[in-house]
Amino acid sequence: MATTEVEHRRGQLASLSIAAVVIIVGVPLWWRTTETYRAWLPVSQINELANLQLQLSADVEVVFARGTVTPEQQKKVPLTKTQDEEHTVDEDTALRYRYETKYRTANIMEEDALNQPSAADADLSLHTLSESLCGSLVVYVIPESSSLLPEDVDVYIGQRRTALLRNGAQMRVGRTMEQLLAHLEPRIRQVLKVMSFSHTDITAALSGRVRLSPGNKESIADSMRAFKSSPGYEITFSLLNPDPKSHRLHWDIEGAVQTYIQPLLTKLAPVANFSIDSQTLYYAMLGVNPRFDSSRNAYTLNSDSLAHVINPVEARLGSNAASSNPVLNFLLYAPDAQHSPLYIQDRQKQKVPSNAFHSPRWGGIMVYNVNSFYGPEAVFPVDINIDMAKVMGVFLAQLRLLLGVQSSTTPPGFLVAPCSSTGLADWELDRLMWSRSVENVATAATTITSLAQLLDQIGNIVINDNIAEQVSSAVTSLQLAVAELEAGNLGFALQYSKEAILASERAFFDPSLLHLLYFPDDQKFAIYIPLFLPMCVPILLSLLKIISDARQRRKERQAKKD
Amino acid sequence: MAVHGCSYSALLLIICSVSVFIVTDSQDTTLSGGHHAAAIEDNPQAATEAAGKTSEEPAVEERSWEATEVEEATLHEAAADKQDTPAPETEAPSPVPQPKDDFQEELVIRPLHSGDIYASFQFRTLWETDFMSGNKVSHYRLFPKSLGQVISKFSVRELHISFTQGYWRTMQWGQPFQPAPPGAELWVWFQDSVTDVDGTWKELTNVLSGIFCASLNFIDSTNTVQPSASFKPLGIGNVTDHRFLRYATLPREIVCTENLTPWKKLLPCGSKAGLTVLLKSEKLFHSSFHSQAVHIRPVCQDWQCKTTSWELRQTLNVVFDLHTSGQGKREWSLFKMFSRTLTEACPLASSSKIYIDITDDPQGELFELSPATPLLSQAMVLGDRRTFSVYDLTQPVTFGTVRSLNPLIRWKSSEGDMLRPLLHAERYVAGYGLQTGEIHTLMYNNHPYRSFPVLLLDTVPWYLRLYIHTLTVTSKGKDNKPSYIHYQPSKDRLRPHLLEMLVQLPPNSVTEVTVQFERALLKWTEYTPDPNHGFYVGSSVISSLVPSIVAMDTNITMDRPLFSSFFPCKEESSFFVRVYTEPLLVNLPTPDFSMPYNVICLTCTVVAVGYGSLYNLLTRSFQIEEPSPGLAKRLANIIRRMRGVPPL
Repeated sequence: MATTEVEHRRGQLASLSIAAVVIIVGVPLWWRTTETYRAWLPVSQINELANLQLQLSADVEVVFARGTVTPEQQKKVPLTKTQDEEHTVDEDTALRYRYETKYRTANIMEEDALNQPSAADADLSLHTLSESLCGSLVVYVIPESSSLLPEDVDVYIGQRRTALLRNGAQMRVGRTMEQLLAHLEPRIRQVLKVMSFSHTDITAALSGRVRLSPGNKESIADSMRAFKSSPGYEITFSLLNPDPKSHRLHWDIEGAVQTYIQPLLTKLAPVANFSIDSQTLYYAMLGVNPRFDSSRNAYTLNSDSLAHVINPVEARLGSNAASSNPVLNFLLYAPDAQHSPLYIQDRQKQKVPSNAFHSPRWGGIMVYNVNSFYGPEAVFPVDINIDMAKVMGVFLAQLRLLLGVQSSTTPPGFLVAPCSSTGLADWELDRLMWSRSVENVATAATTITSLAQLLDQIGNIVINDNIAEQVSSAVTSLQLAVAELEAGNLGFALQYSKEAILASERAFFDPSLLHLLYFPDDQKFAIYIPLFLPMCVPILLSLLKIISDARQRRKERQAKKD
Repeated sequence: MAVHGCSYSALLLIICSVSVFIVTDSQDTTLSGGHHAAAIEDNPQAATEAAGKTSEEPAVEERSWEATEVEEATLHEAAADKQDTPAPETEAPSPVPQPKDDFQEELVIRPLHSGDIYASFQFRTLWETDFMSGNKVSHYRLFPKSLGQVISKFSVRELHISFTQGYWRTMQWGQPFQPAPPGAELWVWFQDSVTDVDGTWKELTNVLSGIFCASLNFIDSTNTVQPSASFKPLGIGNVTDHRFLRYATLPREIVCTENLTPWKKLLPCGSKAGLTVLLKSEKLFHSSFHSQAVHIRPVCQDWQCKTTSWELRQTLNVVFDLHTSGQGKREWSLFKMFSRTLTEACPLASSSKIYIDITDDPQGELFELSPATPLLSQAMVLGDRRTFSVYDLTQPVTFGTVRSLNPLIRWKSSEGDMLRPLLHAERYVAGYGLQTGEIHTLMYNNHPYRSFPVLLLDTVPWYLRLYIHTLTVTSKGKDNKPSYIHYQPSKDRLRPHLLEMLVQLPPNSVTEVTVQFERALLKWTEYTPDPNHGFYVGSSVISSLVPSIVAMDTNITMDRPLFSSFFPCKEESSFFVRVYTEPLLVNLPTPDFSMPYNVICLTCTVVAVGYGSLYNLLTRSFQIEEPSPGLAKRLANIIRRMRGVPPL
């Protein structure tokens, strides 16, 4: 009897120790060897970013010229004033605009500058006095009697970051400083809306993140038109010559690009890198047959059919072999001799004066009729020199639209200075940079949060160290960008937001994320079962038996006690 | 609003510059100068007016296609501009700039002795530009933009790419104008400014695979070699450091329509005019041999080589098998081959010609060519003096009264013999079993009395392990020692074997090169989806200067036909030939691919059984069991229990 008891005890101990070995050594070993490598991600910071609280700060300086404030008012000029404006766009996106307004009176040099004969001259000499920072604005309040502005103009917006504001007639004398400021404030706000960020711009920039209510059709059309923010763009000019037998077209694209496009792009260099090329495509047909309009003795393209024009041409355009940046296409189409002249009609059946149209986020087409360059007795082929000034005027306008440099509708009484040879005023660049920074921040934040979500949901994905590094650097750049926006350093904010978007895209599209994604669970079990089933069943059974034995024994002991 | 201002200011700039021009140049200086000042004075107002106009315009409707409606100011001023200054196009035509690029097209048709027809298209674009210096080339006219971008981005000095379906039968067809191995072949010379050649090569193959819709992205270090002597630059430039050369073939590549379409897209006339209208894929691929290629190289612009230009040659070679498609009649015409006739030359081409090889039929007794053409041309092609009938498509008279050209050859007899090609080669795998084998390469020198050296290039993948000590070269039964051997052994999964040899071929002889190999075992993920089909080994390349039988003419003029001017030829009495052998198809030991799972299952079962018995032994408690009663006793006990009697 004792021997069987000992033997029984030994068996129990053996099965217990085997179970212990399996649990202590086997399970961790299996766990370690089949584990997917997942580097640490800054999840809490990413979650913070998911809730995007953006604050945009603009420095505004209001300068009172002589004659706008009386000496006693002058004493009461407050130094600074901060105004906040809060908007909640949706549940996890909130915007706050902060205008830090500084007030002061003009110094002598500025007074001199303001005494120039015309507003443009004043603007220029004011600019030479002080170099204003990116994103900041200076508003000069000039007396009502000033001859700088024409009669019906109240506000003049210069080429740089300055505006001239005519003081209202009722504010001449006898009012307190508070009244004066209260009178000025809405008008300064109007100026800011034109020259700095406006709520519509910023919400349009957030359109990738927030579903906009379909209220304002125009702003949606505007936001759809411009290209998405990208670190670089390829601009391609293509000359389409469907009829090389009759027309030998020559265009001086090199010179035209240098003269018209390059200054604008140099100005836009902080926003993105641009590369330009051009090509000539022969026998490139449009996708629709133009209709002959006998009343005009010309062929016409309806606006409805414009959508079909491009497809056959696009196949010939070719993608850019050298980079993966978005391509802006500008096509110059010279209709063949049989279909000339060709005009584009708008919805109202009116001839479009520029004879050009553009497609959102794609590019533009201009139809350039060449039939007027030769008479009926001309000998084919005819050499034709294309007037690049006319063409580039159209393409430049389309380029500005497609890049999102759009002129907001100015309130009545505003006069905007014609821009210089660079084709872009400083404040326009600022506006673009504001909305681009916000767009970049929003896009990068969305990318990073959705990546974190994806990695969280699918446990099979390997997260390598380089991805973790990219994610962390994206998060850091994002935080820096948000902080710089808050501080009002627009240039740095854009720079950091670009870095953030690059790093986040690199992490999101890293091919190593896909390696083990399609390793199905059923196959894993098919491989494990032949090994684990025969090994685990005896262990489990003997463990169950030991437990039931122990329970039995305890019951007996209890019974004995009773 | 600022838009108006911009276009306005741009125009202002023009007006200013034009007015300066007028001041210096024209006679009515004062008048025009005054006029312009007025125009400048007026213009700001015009701009503001126009700006006011647009701001009052109704909102843009939401639609995807918008008319660009910003140009009123521009147009307005442009009109004003025109009134003021003579527009260059209408009144005083400025000199048309001389184009710096030139396009030529050509088709050579040669009736082959086997009864087949060989058609070879060549399209050449010459562009006087400089891709090699630092400044970016970005404005293209005839040269395709996609290839130009590739050249400038990857600093390519020379690029040769070919896609071939079928094998060129040298013994039956003679030498082709552009030799190419079956499958895809790519060789590139990079400029010496490239630092990371391997990285650039990898990127380049990926981009080219996108451009040509081919699987060139399968080119990696395991099939790329750097031949030291076989592939010299064909253009100008004396960089011969083979560190900047990469050569790769993909013998498995299937060539079809999807490769032809992008190839045609590179041509200025597309497939709309000129010789390209003949390139219909359903006919081109219904042929015994199809090879299309793109060659880019820098060449001399003129004979003194003062200026250089870039040459893009696109070639397409087809051999039509007329016995299968000609209903037994030996008759041939453009329409029968391509189901098209020609009506015009490409208007962009400076020369557009069709050459028909009539060398074999000087008296017109073998076949008949109609319409007859008075133009004859003689050219030295591959060491042979050939005579061609020429149709010049740029002359309207070529098309005759029917406005279309359809040359027709009608054979009268099927006699005639062919000059045996002076050099050709064969290759095969010998041996049995799946462990070892032997590669045999046979090179034939058919020249009656001259011996000449050939360069043999062999690229063998790493999974055939060459035993280089077994390499033998024999001609006429005697050992033929190569004068130069360059051998680079393979590294598993990293690079292939490269064997280059300079062998002297004795006259009228066969030289045999043999080398033994062992087949390696691959990892199971390294097998192709159809491993039992076999593994391809790319063609051997034999390059040689073959002595000509006919005396070469040294008078090289610029108007040589394109097909005779591809390989630069320095020596007068010999010509350059490149011969490709057949690719090899080698079977490797192929496992059963369900093996890994079977192995897992089997080992698991074995482990489980062993473990189970061990576990039993360890945990079972042993006790002496009383022997169980016999069956009779048990039955008896049951009966006793039923009866209520105590059991036994």
